[in-house]
Amino acid sequence: MSLRLNNVRLSLAAFTLQVDATLDLPIAGIFGPSGAGKTSLLELIAGLRRPNAGSILLDSTVLSDAPASFLPPRLRRVGYVPQDLALFPHLSVRANLVYGFRVETVEDERVTLKHVVEVMELAQLLDRNVTNLSGGEQQRVAFARAILSAPRLLLLDEPMNSLDSRLKQRLVPFLFRIRDEFRIPLIYVTHDASELKSLCDEVLILEDGRVVERGVPADVLS
Amino acid sequence: MTAESWQIVFFTIEVSALSTLLILPLGIAIAWFLARRDWPGKAVVETLVMLPLFVPPVATGLVLLMLFGRRGLFGSILQRGMGLEIVFTWRAVVLAGAVMSFPLLVRTAQSAFREVNPRFEEIARTLGASEWRIFRTISLPLALRGIVAGAVLAFARAMGEFGATAVVAGMIPRKTMTISLAIYQNVQLGQDSAALPLLFVSIAIVFVTVFCGQIISRRRGAR
Repeated sequence: MSLRLNNVRLSLAAFTLQVDATLDLPIAGIFGPSGAGKTSLLELIAGLRRPNAGSILLDSTVLSDAPASFLPPRLRRVGYVPQDLALFPHLSVRANLVYGFRVETVEDERVTLKHVVEVMELAQLLDRNVTNLSGGEQQRVAFARAILSAPRLLLLDEPMNSLDSRLKQRLVPFLFRIRDEFRIPLIYVTHDASELKSLCDEVLILEDGRVVERGVPADVLS
Repeated sequence: MTAESWQIVFFTIEVSALSTLLILPLGIAIAWFLARRDWPGKAVVETLVMLPLFVPPVATGLVLLMLFGRRGLFGSILQRGMGLEIVFTWRAVVLAGAVMSFPLLVRTAQSAFREVNPRFEEIARTLGASEWRIFRTISLPLALRGIVAGAVLAFARAMGEFGATAVVAGMIPRKTMTISLAIYQNVQLGQDSAALPLLFVSIAIVFVTVFCGQIISRRRGAR
């Protein structure tokens, strides 16, 4: 599976993002300093922003082709876990998890509430309110909620940003489980090069809204 | 308190509650649109909604009288289509209360919707939810305390409504007489002793109502 960003341009007040690249999945990384446009790029892929120009294709599916076509986010089947996780604070863990679960869109029989809860080790937390969970637990709930919406692609925006090094170490195996157990391709955004070296097959380096390098993590992040 | 005074108190509570219930669906919808959508003419709608707060209540009453009188734009339709009389009936009391308290509900609900982190709605979209489902399951529950606080304020405003009600409903005993109108009439007739109990009951009801609204708002702030 690949994601093609064909001369995609997003103009904001004092910033322009311009990307022309292909990301080979299952796990691709986007690396760059704060303000490089990483989150804006993910929001374009998720359909939360409309590009001013260019097209985005997930394999043969046209996600957007500005200005003519734009597939709304609810029809894209692109999961997105933002930095702040955005867990619904008024709902329990269970209600958060099943929010996006629709039997008709699930093609993989492993994507069931029971199995996802088991793999992400959430069984003890199901009836708790999400606001009462630790940072690492909230992170796993956000991953599981996105998995249960049966996405064709999952976007993770600096998922380890707010975690200490001990929790980061604990979370890495869960990311591999998403890839191996559920076979969901990932795009992983971070400004920490060490995370990408252990996780990604390919890395795109963004600076000031432009792609400055692309390749295998060991080469481009050395 | 005489039996007639109690009748006036209960009538006022009933029409105020009814006017609040009546404006809830439209008020919530307009508040959501104002908080979450941009469209040409939004500022005009926002100003129109707020007008009853600033236009003299008697003038608002006159506008209602012209619109809902027998020859008015809406009054004639209601009269012919459904046989409904509005002006100088209890319905006019409800109408005046609804119009005068509408801005308070919309303003409070609008700020409650604005306080809901738009990120929740965006993520719900990526999870495949429709706009209606997002409104029902995310926006509305998270803004609910603000909406309830707005409804409480609207109820309190309707309880104290005077000017517009006097013009469009008159002061008809046992038909359109509210606490405010009765206090005014008793004072005009020099019957202060009849006005005072109504004054105290009215203050007590509005105090309890606004106090509840404040408690709800504070809880909302603490979330």
